[in-house]
Amino acid sequence: MLVFIVRRVIVSFFILLAATFVMYLLTANAGNPLGDLQESRAPNREALIEARIRLLNLDTPAPLRYFIWLKGAAGCLVPFAMECDLGQNLQGQDVTALLGVALPQTLQLVIAATVLAMVLGITVGIVTALRQYSSLDYTVTFSAFLFFSLPIFWVAVLLKEYGAIRFNDWLADPSVPIGVAVVLGVISGLFWMIVISGDRTRRLTTFAAAFVASAGALWLLSETRWFEDPGLGIIVIAVTAVGIAFLTTALVAGFTYRNVLYAALASAGIGIVCHFALASVLDDPSGLTIVGLALVTVAVGLGLGYGLGGLQRRQAMQAAVLTGLGTGALLFLDRLLGAWDTYSDQVGGRVIATIGARTPNFDGTFWEQGLDRATHLILPTIAIVLISFATYTRYTRSSMLEVLNQDYVRTARSKGLAERGVIVKHAFRNAMIPITTLMAFDFAGVLSGAVITENVFGWTGLGRLFADSLRAVDPNPVMGFFLIAGTAAVLFNMLADIAYAFLDPRIRLS
Amino acid sequence: MSNPSTPDPGPAPGAAVAADAQGMTVVARTQAQMVRRRFFRHRAAMGGLVVLALIVLLAFSSIGFASVPGWWDKDYWSIATVENGGRPTLSVLPTWLGGSGMHLGEHPFGQDNVGKDYFALTMRGVQQSLTIAFVVGLVGTFIGTLVGATAGYFRGRTEAVLMRFTDVMITIPLLVIAAVLGRRYGSSGIVVLGLVIGLVTWTGLARLVRGEFLSLREKEFVEAARAAGTSARRIIVKHMLPNIVGVIIVAATLAIATAILLEAALSFLGFGVQDPDTSLGKLISNYQTAFSTRPWLFWFPGVFIIAIALSVNFIGDGLRDAFDPRQNRVRD
Repeated sequence: MLVFIVRRVIVSFFILLAATFVMYLLTANAGNPLGDLQESRAPNREALIEARIRLLNLDTPAPLRYFIWLKGAAGCLVPFAMECDLGQNLQGQDVTALLGVALPQTLQLVIAATVLAMVLGITVGIVTALRQYSSLDYTVTFSAFLFFSLPIFWVAVLLKEYGAIRFNDWLADPSVPIGVAVVLGVISGLFWMIVISGDRTRRLTTFAAAFVASAGALWLLSETRWFEDPGLGIIVIAVTAVGIAFLTTALVAGFTYRNVLYAALASAGIGIVCHFALASVLDDPSGLTIVGLALVTVAVGLGLGYGLGGLQRRQAMQAAVLTGLGTGALLFLDRLLGAWDTYSDQVGGRVIATIGARTPNFDGTFWEQGLDRATHLILPTIAIVLISFATYTRYTRSSMLEVLNQDYVRTARSKGLAERGVIVKHAFRNAMIPITTLMAFDFAGVLSGAVITENVFGWTGLGRLFADSLRAVDPNPVMGFFLIAGTAAVLFNMLADIAYAFLDPRIRLS
Repeated sequence: MSNPSTPDPGPAPGAAVAADAQGMTVVARTQAQMVRRRFFRHRAAMGGLVVLALIVLLAFSSIGFASVPGWWDKDYWSIATVENGGRPTLSVLPTWLGGSGMHLGEHPFGQDNVGKDYFALTMRGVQQSLTIAFVVGLVGTFIGTLVGATAGYFRGRTEAVLMRFTDVMITIPLLVIAAVLGRRYGSSGIVVLGLVIGLVTWTGLARLVRGEFLSLREKEFVEAARAAGTSARRIIVKHMLPNIVGVIIVAATLAIATAILLEAALSFLGFGVQDPDTSLGKLISNYQTAFSTRPWLFWFPGVFIIAIALSVNFIGDGLRDAFDPRQNRVRD
């Protein structure tokens, strides 16, 4: 295994080297870097041209210039011994500094979106595989095709118009007319009817229940002016937390033995008690407090599982930790929404933002700033999730179907194993092996995939830096961007190979 | 069996009845016939095919192509006065439903800022998208197959060099390399742009073809051909490629769908088709800010991109099912 990894690392390094060379030559030929100066009418034109030639070493041929660039870039490998020098942009700013500003923005944008797309896509993929050829399967398949035929910039413009501008207009006087509530109720009814398939009676009951629940909830929320100051409230939190406890138990252990369920429920209960106990701490916490609380939650969950788990100790610990974190997330969301009222006043009622990563010069409590970030993130996140979610659904579905047809799954069933065990333990784990590769590719690709999203939503991240620099024929920032994107691609491909070899020993042996 | 495509069984009547009763009648079909049958039965793929054919027909017959004139009397470059705020005159609602009758009107898709006919502009964009998709699909498929087949058949040093080169190209994200090339070649016309994009989109197919070739070259029929002294070129082209034509066709179709979206994205960023020519991505980019006032400038090109990409994707899916029905089997 070690030999395999070492060989892979060395090969990856040379691939990256070659890729930067190819990219450097292409970038050097992408346009005329002196174009804007040659057309200018500035009196000191000659001097400016001279200065730029010196700045970019234009008197050296491109293949040799690459080695000058490489010498500076090599410094980035040895963090302290040598200086990391990726050259300067046309304005004379250091590329390393530009990247330092842009990279965190991009990571903020893509990490949450990619993780969300993976979780959603894999879940939906598994459900559709388990219900092959149901109406749910057909609906999801069609939507998946539709989603990856959508140009992301087109979706982004639509989201800006309807998700932000019109939504904010509506927030000025948020009321849901009864007709709209009924229509949304019908849509929700149809949605749940498709998800929970079954015979006719069951479908009709589902439809009716979902219709009444959704339309009623909308009407109630509208009547109580909930949209002006949204929040979850302790009752909703408690009910959802108990729901999470049951869900995690169902996934992790099943209900045959009660110990796991008790641990998860206790975890949810402690979370809700903390909602009151920690009220003063949570008024304006720092980011560190939140991280600390999350760690405490994990510790408490582990303890609960250990104490209450009995024979199912491991499963109980897992369920308790997951439930605890879920409840914590709910409380966090509630607090964020709690800041809605004051935040809305501060930004003049335009709550959902269309441009940028934060409101300029915005200052407020932890929750207000958190809400500020969230409202800026929500639209680009939806755009990214819509597009990459489709791929995951399709791949997971086919991979899961493949696995479900294997003999070992039949063996597991014929042993009399419960369906939950067959799917979670035998099928799911094996179906995930090919998906790891896809995940790695995707993580490597998101950095470059954010180019369009960042441009539409005005985020000053890596993708924006790349597009702007390329437009201005500014080679060094383009190369800086590629160094990060290319390294990520190589690194994640390598990780995918290693993970694959680790998960599927057949690869290693052959 | 004179005509295998008819469902009537060939054997003697008595035997056929007995076999029929047991549901055992089997019609002999060649591989190609089975693939065609499965494809034509794939409803989504047929829908995609029909929509795509209609779009191609509409785009190329309406404003004409190259120097051949079309039936639409306006072109995509003439400036005119903006009438009625540039609103679209297309009406599809018949009068008995309260609409103003079904007619195209003077400017069915409206007019842009300077009064150019938006229908003609959109049709031009569709033409560009289809052209680029076709060229990219052709070039990418050809190079990918060539590289993959050579590497997979010859193995050894040839394979090492070719596949390392493929690894290098795969490292550079598609959008990034396409944008850098588009910056340079975007103004040289759509075919050149398609060629250079095709030059960088072959990597996935090369890996796929190589993988298939690695297992195929160990098969007995290849061994037999080699023993008979057949040249390498002939073995690859005549004996091996026909066995993986399904893989290649499916990959090519999906590459076409990717290319359409890629061109749109490039033109949107300004690295694709340049003025005075236009493309669907460029139209959307130009009028994204006009959405709240004149939404039709945004809707029409978008709907066409989606319709084209969606139908190509469906066709690809249908082809995949047709060539490899195992993927689609029902769970037992």
